[in-house]
Amino acid sequence: MKAAKSKPARPARAQSPPVAAPPRQRLRLYVAGATERSRRAILRARRLCDTELRGNYDLQVIDVYQQPILARNGQIVATPTLVREFPKPVVRLIGNLTKSAGLFVGLGWNSKD
Amino acid sequence: MKKTGPDRPRPPGIPTISPAKSLPKCPTGIQGLDEITSGGLPRGRPTLVCGGAGCGKTLLAAEFLVRGAMTFREPGVLMSFEETEPELRANVASLGFDLPGLEKAKMILLEHVHIERSEIHETGEYDLEGLFVRLNYAIDSIGAKRVVLDTLEALFAGIPNEAILRAELRRLFRWLKDKGVTTVITAERGREQLTRHGLEEYVSDCVILLDHRINDQIATRHLRVVKYRGAMHGTNEFPFLIGDGGLSVLPITSLGLNHGVSNERIATGIPRLDAMLGGKGFFRGSSILLTGTPGTGKTIVATNFAQAAARRGERVLFFSFEESPAQIIRNMHSIGLRLAPLVKRGLLRFHSARPSLCGLEMHLATMFREIATFKPDVVIIDPITSLMDSGTNSETKGMITRLIDYLKGCQITSLFTSLTQAGHVMQQSEAAMSSLMDAWLLLQDFEGNGERNRVFYVLKARGMAHSNQIREFLISERGIDIVDAYIGASGVLTGSARAAQDSLEKAARLASQLEADQLKREVERKRAALERQISALRADYETEARELRRIAEQVGTQTRLLSDERTELGRLRQADAAVAPRGQKLNRPKRRTGTL
Repeated sequence: MKAAKSKPARPARAQSPPVAAPPRQRLRLYVAGATERSRRAILRARRLCDTELRGNYDLQVIDVYQQPILARNGQIVATPTLVREFPKPVVRLIGNLTKSAGLFVGLGWNSKD
Repeated sequence: MKKTGPDRPRPPGIPTISPAKSLPKCPTGIQGLDEITSGGLPRGRPTLVCGGAGCGKTLLAAEFLVRGAMTFREPGVLMSFEETEPELRANVASLGFDLPGLEKAKMILLEHVHIERSEIHETGEYDLEGLFVRLNYAIDSIGAKRVVLDTLEALFAGIPNEAILRAELRRLFRWLKDKGVTTVITAERGREQLTRHGLEEYVSDCVILLDHRINDQIATRHLRVVKYRGAMHGTNEFPFLIGDGGLSVLPITSLGLNHGVSNERIATGIPRLDAMLGGKGFFRGSSILLTGTPGTGKTIVATNFAQAAARRGERVLFFSFEESPAQIIRNMHSIGLRLAPLVKRGLLRFHSARPSLCGLEMHLATMFREIATFKPDVVIIDPITSLMDSGTNSETKGMITRLIDYLKGCQITSLFTSLTQAGHVMQQSEAAMSSLMDAWLLLQDFEGNGERNRVFYVLKARGMAHSNQIREFLISERGIDIVDAYIGASGVLTGSARAAQDSLEKAARLASQLEADQLKREVERKRAALERQISALRADYETEARELRRIAEQVGTQTRLLSDERTELGRLRQADAAVAPRGQKLNRPKRRTGTL
């Protein structure tokens, strides 16, 4: 079963983008099973991406139970893990995305807290 | 080393493990390790292998998998947290294992878990379900029975939250047990505990400690089974070796003295020596010590023994710690021993190494491996003293005991040469070793008359009648000659003194021989003279007899003529025929010389 969900870019031209248009980010979220924790992680990931990246991203959600081979290929150890595959360097955010400090540092975003 | 008859009861104090009672074991296939653990690692449970850097943890774990796949047809998963798949393949290839081939045959699966701390940021709660899923997937995809987690502790560097990690490790080991796979977990040795991160806390079934120690600049690896829940195991430290055929642990837990014995006797290759040993030589499977000062011919006796055994078609393994094989073959050629053809036929094998190459344990491990692979009938160690020098005093005896026990257990006849310092016939090492030996031959120098000679005697030979005589030992291009030393009023004479004594005796013998010859000639002469006399007499007689016969004949003829004449006359005179008178034989010879 394909769990990949691609969000089409939502036009958010109302706000002026940064000086150079940032490249489209490619993200993958690995979760383990359709648990409450997984569900919440997926929701948080989407919301964050929408607010921070203003839709300029591709997010793929992978259930490692369904596709263990992808867990291997993606070198996943912990779940949930959000991997930013592009732009480089690869960043792995492990955890349910509740601690925004680590999240923002990891993705190089400016913390708004 | 006492002979144990078949009816002799088992020595007390040796517990027997009945297989029914003990835990199911998973044989590792690693030489020696299964003996120490009496059968292998606990099946279906995790085993912790810990040790410092460069101890061979990964190799042990890898061999566990490879042997499992090759020997026991049990597929295995190697999950590595440090080395990548190509690195692992290369490392294992150095042991002579074909990992890619096994991977292709779906017997082994390599999985590298890449953890890079700098990439990882913590953003809340998590667990290691990803790892579980991957491991589960790997196990199920080849139906693995064995799993290796090579250095799990890399997780401690990669996962920031130790509390979560520890909880997950506990869950992991539980899960592995439930899964029923036999697992080997490697871990780095810690300062105050067995492992750096206290993994032993979670793995409580079996813990193996590897160690790499340096003693007198010589490094030796050791293995110890620290803990083995529910099973008896050897608790000692055992030296082990990483060779080109994998690991081998020096296993021989010599618990008892109950090896079988043979009544077969084998010749030594020196007929006189056999004669000294009750005419038949040594017992098969016995251990023989040959001590001597430098240059007394220990190697020569040993090589003679080797040649005799190889010529009988037995396999001989010759460990040399002084000379290279080519040198031994050349030197022995000079005394008439042809070893090269025996080497070519594969009956004789040399193993030469410098004693200082590695520690005693390492040497012994190599020797055990050689013995196990070559399966010899006779083992020769020349000399054992250089081996003993490479270890500390306390451990050497134990090691030698193990070696001798092992050889005896395999019914291998062993001959050890031992070098003693001039003047000290018996050194401490020999005194300690002698109790392990069944036979002890002593080669000695004898100085005197400005020369040095070799003598030789049997100091002990268990279980056989043997000569108590000192013999002189000669080495010539024809080989070894053992001759009786002259023992007289002035003590033991050897060498030229013995030769001088010999020639003295020879001169005396010669003199009496001459005398006897002369007497014989005299008698002969007398007999010849007599013969001559007799034949002269006979000749005389013959002539005389002939003369007499001639005269008699003549007389006879005359008489006949005369009587004829008379008859004629009578007839003419018309006289009656008269019978010729009888008394004509008047001329008979009077003297009758008897026939000779």
